[in-house]
Amino acid sequence: MTNLILNIDPGTIDWSRAQFALTAIYHWLFVPLTLGLAVIMGIAETIYYKKRTDFWKKTTQFWQRLFGVNFAMGVATGIILEFEFGTNWSNYSWFVGDIFGAPLAIEGIVAFFMESTFVAVMFFGWKKVSAGFHLASTWLTGLGATISAWWILVANAWMQYPVGCTFNPDTMRNEMTSFMEVALSPFAIDKFCHTVISSWIIGAVFVIAVSCWYLLKRRHVCMAVQSIRIAVIVGLTAALGAAVTGHKSGQTVAQVQPMKLAAMEALYNGGNEMDLTMIAWINPFEQPNYTKEEEPPMKLALPYGLSMMATNTLDGYVPGINNLLNGYIKADGTVEPSADEKIARGRLAIQALSDYRKAKAEGADEETTTAYLSTLNENYQYFGYGYVMDKRDLVPSIPINFWAFRTMVGLGCLFILFFGLVIILIFDIPFVSLLFRRLLSAIGLLPETASDRTTAAEAMPRWLCWSAIIMVPLAYIASESGWLLAEFGRQPWTIQDMLPTWVAVSELQSSSVMITFFLFLILFTTMLAVEISILLKQIKKGPEL
Amino acid sequence: MNNNPFVRPMKKNGFWHRAFDLYYEGFRNMTLGKTLWAIILIKLFIIFVVLKIFFFPNYISERATDGKESEFVADQMIKRAE
Repeated sequence: MTNLILNIDPGTIDWSRAQFALTAIYHWLFVPLTLGLAVIMGIAETIYYKKRTDFWKKTTQFWQRLFGVNFAMGVATGIILEFEFGTNWSNYSWFVGDIFGAPLAIEGIVAFFMESTFVAVMFFGWKKVSAGFHLASTWLTGLGATISAWWILVANAWMQYPVGCTFNPDTMRNEMTSFMEVALSPFAIDKFCHTVISSWIIGAVFVIAVSCWYLLKRRHVCMAVQSIRIAVIVGLTAALGAAVTGHKSGQTVAQVQPMKLAAMEALYNGGNEMDLTMIAWINPFEQPNYTKEEEPPMKLALPYGLSMMATNTLDGYVPGINNLLNGYIKADGTVEPSADEKIARGRLAIQALSDYRKAKAEGADEETTTAYLSTLNENYQYFGYGYVMDKRDLVPSIPINFWAFRTMVGLGCLFILFFGLVIILIFDIPFVSLLFRRLLSAIGLLPETASDRTTAAEAMPRWLCWSAIIMVPLAYIASESGWLLAEFGRQPWTIQDMLPTWVAVSELQSSSVMITFFLFLILFTTMLAVEISILLKQIKKGPEL
Repeated sequence: MNNNPFVRPMKKNGFWHRAFDLYYEGFRNMTLGKTLWAIILIKLFIIFVVLKIFFFPNYISERATDGKESEFVADQMIKRAE
């Protein structure tokens, strides 16, 4: 970034990015618990609907109470992001607002109204509506939240893979040509599946952690055990689902954002039969010298893993950072231009835009304006590159992407192991449960009295209950790491290949952006502290059993 | 008793009465909900009255002439390529 010749304060760009990142990270603390807890309370109420016992009604109402606290805290945290579009990212808002704004508008009008209507029935309707209608309302609350997530993720997916649009040089806006292409883009579908499923992990981890706390305190043991049984099935299904959808997402990223894949793998030089890096030494605070180094030091890799992840074949070609900067021949035989070529064509596009607008303003003849328009359209694919002065700016932060990816995947694997162990201990699976209990007992991790047939509560040893509580912050770290990867990997683009950050940002004083950053930090931290204290109070109070 | 022949009294088991009753009784009987609603209203006030008005004006509306927004954005974007 220091090589950029700008007439905008670089501090404004960085503070604007930091402010957006802060508000997005805080927003994402509340959303996944809403999505995840919605599934678990839906299942709990479905069981109540079938059994009609007071126990299941109170259990359901307890989880709904915690859902309500989180829902109330999360409400409107996303609105500030939309304010930031209009103030801090005004060029972005104008340039792509016609497309980006549509899914956000649908989210607000359709999904939010659906959620807010049925959440009222869910909380107020226990004695007012039939059990069936109440059950439907609970599931529709969750569905409304999920549909909300769909539209927001469609908007974000479009930033990563802008499709279904054409640029109008007269209005300076990208205009939607196909709503379905935007709404159902493969990137949007992958992102939605992976993000929502990973939110169910957070819901499951939260329920297991709260239930384990009750087991440690020997309170509401029956409710705790039954809740763990529901949550662990949801959690294991979600963790495995996240692995599958993550693999699919990796392939989509390989096709449309190869630089993101190269950065997250610290892949400097690509090729065929590429290994997947499990771990390597990447200095977390410094961009590595990818032009000089062959590969990162101390690399431990899974043979053929990256080719498999990116292309679903063991010998698929995966381009590295240097290949992407210098140009390469793709698997289908076509040539991917070098960064220099893209930059040159981007500059042609920007110059053509400038000439076109000037010619139109001066009333030039149609032949002249058509010629400029033709040049613009031929090179529009690389429009954003025209703003790049130094091709090194096309490489996102390798340390952030590398470590965010490993944090997310590493914790994802841990969750699979954790849920697997809990399922084996909390359910009486023939042979398997007994085998594991005897094994854990032999190595001193389970009391000997619990080695044979035992109650489910006794089968959850204290160290596992404490581990479950520790899983809560780890689940949030994994979730936020995924977003860091998604957004840092897209840099320097606000819209992939179309609009870099330094063109998207408003020309504001960096000091004013810095002030709002710290204002948000204080505001959101206060809100988070309030939510956690109310949640903890409700957990301490427990269900009304 | 309603003696106006033009006004039909709301049936107590009618949909709109039951919907109203759901919300009325629901809000009236809230316990934890009152605290949460207070927090929501304070938050919305801070967001829409304080933050939006004082910290988040519409950048383009404030600087571009009405109807000339595209010129303003074009100038901004072309200037940044120089």
